[in-house]
Amino acid sequence: MKIFRSHVLVCGGTGCSSSNSALIKQRFEEKIKELNLDEEIQVVSTGCFGLCEEGPIVIIYPEGSFYARMTVERVDEICEEHLLKGRIVRKYLFDESAREEKIKPLSEVEFYKKQKRVALRNCGVINPEDISEYIARDGYMALGKVLTEMTPTEVIQLVKDSGLKGRGGAGFSTGMKWSFAAPNQADQKYVICNADEGDPGAFMDRSVLEGDPHAVLEAMAIAGYAIGATKGFIYVRAEYPIAVHRLEIAIKQAKETGLLGKNLFNSGFDFDVEIRLGAGAFVCGEETALMQSIEGKRGMSRNKPPFPANKGLWGKPTIINNVETLANVPQIILNGPGWFKSFGTVKSPGTKVFALGGKINNTGLVEVPMGTALREVIYDIGGGCPNNKEFKAVQTGGPSGGCLTKDHLDIPIDYDNLTAVGSMMGSGGMIVMDEDNCMVDIARFFLDFTVDESCGKCTPCREGTKRMLEILDKITEGKGTMEDLDKLEKLAINIKETSLCGLGQTAPNPVLSTLKYFRDEYEAHVLEKRCPAGVCQSLLRYIITMDCKGCTKCARICPVGAIEGKVKEIHVINQDKCIKCGACMDACTFHAIIKK
Amino acid sequence: MIKGLDVRANERQFIELKEYIDSIRQSQGILMQTLHKAQEIFGYLPIEVQKFIAHEVDVPLAEVYGVATFYTQFSITPKGKHKIGVCLGTACYVKGSQLVLDKLSKELKVSVGETTEDNEFTLEATRCLGCCGLAPVMMIDGDVYGKLEPKKIPEILAKYKD
Ligand SMILES: Cc1cc2nc3c(=O)[nH]c(=O)nc-3n(C[C@H](O)[C@H](O)[C@H](O)COP(=O)(O)O)c2cc1C
Ligand code: SF4
Ligand code: SF4
Ligand code: SF4
Ligand code: FES
Ligand code: FES
Repeated sequence: MKIFRSHVLVCGGTGCSSSNSALIKQRFEEKIKELNLDEEIQVVSTGCFGLCEEGPIVIIYPEGSFYARMTVERVDEICEEHLLKGRIVRKYLFDESAREEKIKPLSEVEFYKKQKRVALRNCGVINPEDISEYIARDGYMALGKVLTEMTPTEVIQLVKDSGLKGRGGAGFSTGMKWSFAAPNQADQKYVICNADEGDPGAFMDRSVLEGDPHAVLEAMAIAGYAIGATKGFIYVRAEYPIAVHRLEIAIKQAKETGLLGKNLFNSGFDFDVEIRLGAGAFVCGEETALMQSIEGKRGMSRNKPPFPANKGLWGKPTIINNVETLANVPQIILNGPGWFKSFGTVKSPGTKVFALGGKINNTGLVEVPMGTALREVIYDIGGGCPNNKEFKAVQTGGPSGGCLTKDHLDIPIDYDNLTAVGSMMGSGGMIVMDEDNCMVDIARFFLDFTVDESCGKCTPCREGTKRMLEILDKITEGKGTMEDLDKLEKLAINIKETSLCGLGQTAPNPVLSTLKYFRDEYEAHVLEKRCPAGVCQSLLRYIITMDCKGCTKCARICPVGAIEGKVKEIHVINQDKCIKCGACMDACTFHAIIKK
Repeated sequence: MIKGLDVRANERQFIELKEYIDSIRQSQGILMQTLHKAQEIFGYLPIEVQKFIAHEVDVPLAEVYGVATFYTQFSITPKGKHKIGVCLGTACYVKGSQLVLDKLSKELKVSVGETTEDNEFTLEATRCLGCCGLAPVMMIDGDVYGKLEPKKIPEILAKYKD
C-alpha cells in the first residue's frame, strides 16, 4: 500500500452527510491537488465519529487534530496552513481541543476518554468502501482463524464463554442461540443479521453498517460456519440508503477478494450474503415477523416455539442476530473471551453502544463498558442538558422501555438493572429530557407509535393499546379523571401479560414507568387541568402581554374572532372563544402574544 | 378520484419492471423486492401494477395488495412532486418536531400522509433519520434541513414552489 504522510478523515456518516460533508471532502481533494500535495496526503471518507452534534467533523492525522462544525469555506485555509505549513488552525478546532495551551488530540477529548470502542472500533477510522483498510486492521483474520484452526463446536464454546448477549434488545446469550441451531440437520440453514433498527430514536446499527460493514459480514460468515449455514441475509431498513450502499460495496469487494463465496480460506466452507430491504414496519424487527418479511409476506409475529433455531426462514434452522452483536464477534474470536470479559460487569460483559439524543449537549454515538453509570454517560460524556435547563428524565429502550429520573442516575447500566427499575436496555436509544418536556406527552408519543405499528394479530395489543392512547389523549386534553389513571394501569398490565409478541408485551412500559415516576405530572393534567411543562396544546392559553402595541393585526387574523381591543390599546383574548390555533402569535410582529 | 394508470402509455416502465423480475426470479421470496422496484419505477403502486406483479411473481393479487398496504413505505396512491418527511423520531420529538409538522400541515393545508391538491407536496412523518445531532430534522426530496423552528418553514417551502 502507498504510504501517505498525512490523512484527512472526513466524516461520511448520515449526520455529517446531511450537513454537506461530501462537498467538504471534495474541496479538500481539489485544494490538495492544487497545492501538489496529493502524493503525500490522502483524503478519506469514514463512518460516524460519534460526536455528531459538532458535525461536520474532519480529523487530520498524524496529529489527531479535531476540526468541528466544518464548512467548505474553511477548507482552503486548513489546507494552506495545516497541511502545507504544518500549523494547526486553532480557531476551527473543536472547542475543548483548543481550550488549553497544548492542543488536545481527538483521543484526549472528554467525550472519547470514557468510551471503550469495540463494536465501533473502525467507525471513523477506516474508509468503509475499501476492503483493504478493513483487512489492514486485522479484518477477516478472525474468519481465517475460525476456518483453519477451529471446529464449529469450539467456535460456539468460545462465544458462549465470552458471555456475549444479544444487543438487539432481549439480551439472550449469543453462544447459546448458536448452539441450539448447530445440531439441527437440514439441507439448508440460514444466518440473518437484524438491521431493522426499529427504535424511532436510534441509529447505532446504522452507524456500524455505514462505518464498518465488513465486520458484520465477517461475523455472519463465522456464525454460518458455527451452525453449518451457507447463506446469510441482512434485513436492512429501506430508509438507510447510505448503509445499504456501503453494504453492497462491501459484499462485492468481499466476493472479489474471495472472503465471501465458495471455499473460503480453502476450507471447503461456502458462505454468501444477500441484502433484503424492509419497508417501514416496526414489528418486522421482531424475529418471527422479520422472517415473514424476508419471505415476501406481511410481517406478522407468530407464537414461539417453534424457535427460529429449529424452524426459521422457509422452515429451516435459522439464527438471527443484531448488527451490534455481530460486530463484537470477530474481536472476541481474535482476542479471546477473557479479553471481552475484562470490560463490563460479570453478568453483562463487554460494551454497549448508545445513540444519545434529545436535550443533551453532545448528541451522538457513544460506546461504553457495561456497568457505566447513567450519570457518566449523560454528564461526563454527554455534557448534560443544554441552556442550563434542568435534567428531568432519560428514556432507554425506545418504545419498549421506560423513563428514568435523576434518582436513577447512579445505576450501573446493564440488562438486569434497567429492567429492575421498569425500563429496558433495548437496542440502545438513550433520549434525555429536560424540564420543558411533558412526561404524559412522551408516554402518549410512544403509545401513538405502538398503535401505529401493532401488526393487529392479537386483540390485547391491537385494541388495548388503542384504548390506552384514547385515555392519554383525554388526559393531555385536560379531560382526564383520576379513574382514568387506574384504568390506564390495569389495561397496561393486562396487555403486558396477554400479548403474543414482544411489541405488545413491552408497549405499556413507557406509560407504566411515567405513571410510577411522574405521577404528579399526570395528576396536574387531571386535577388542575394544567401541563406543568407547557407542552400539551389544549391546556395552553394564548395570552397578550403588556408589549402589545394595539396594531389590531391579531384581531383581524383570528379565525374565530376571539380577540378584542381598540387601535393603540392592549388587546385581550377571550379564552372561551379561542381555539388555540396559534395564528395570532405568528402574526404579531411585536412578540406580544405568548403561550402559557 | 384517482384516475387509473394508463398501461399503454407506461409500457416502457412495465418492461423495465419485467426485466427486473426476470433478473431475480430464481431467488426465493421476491415479492418485497419487486414492490420496492415497482415503487421506484412508478412512484407508487397502482392496482394495474399490483395485478401485473401478481401475475409475474405468481402470487394471488390479494396477497400483493396485503403486502403493499401492510408496509408504510409502499403507497397505493400517487405522491406529490416533492416529498416532505418530518422526523418524529424520539430525539426530534423531544426537541419539538411535532410543532414543525403542525406548521407544515397548516401551511400546506394537508394532514400527515396527504398530498396537496396541486400535487406539489406530500407530507409525511418519518422515524429517526440518523442525524439526531441536527434535531429537529426534516427531509425534502433527499435534502436534510436541521435545527428547525416552525417559523423557518415558509421560507424553506418557498424554495420548492415555482
Ligand atoms: C417489536 C420488536 C422489535 C424489535 N426490533 C428489533 C430491531 O430493530 N433490531 C434488532 O436487532 N432486534 C429487534 N428486536 C429483537 C429481535 O426479535 C431479536 O431478539 C434480535 O434481533 C436477536 O438478536 P440478538 O440476540 O443479537 O439481540 C425486536 C423485538 C421486538 C419484539
Ligand atoms: S403483540 Fe401486537 S405486534 Fe405482536 S403479534 Fe400481537 S398485535 Fe402483533
Ligand atoms: S398583533 Fe401583537 S401588537 Fe398587534 S394588537 Fe395583536 S398583540 Fe397587540
Ligand atoms: S390562538 Fe387562534 S383562536 Fe386563539 S386567539 Fe389566537 S388566533 Fe384566535
Ligand atoms: S455522522 Fe459525523 S460524527 Fe456522527
Ligand atoms: S430522531 Fe430525528 S434524526 Fe434521529
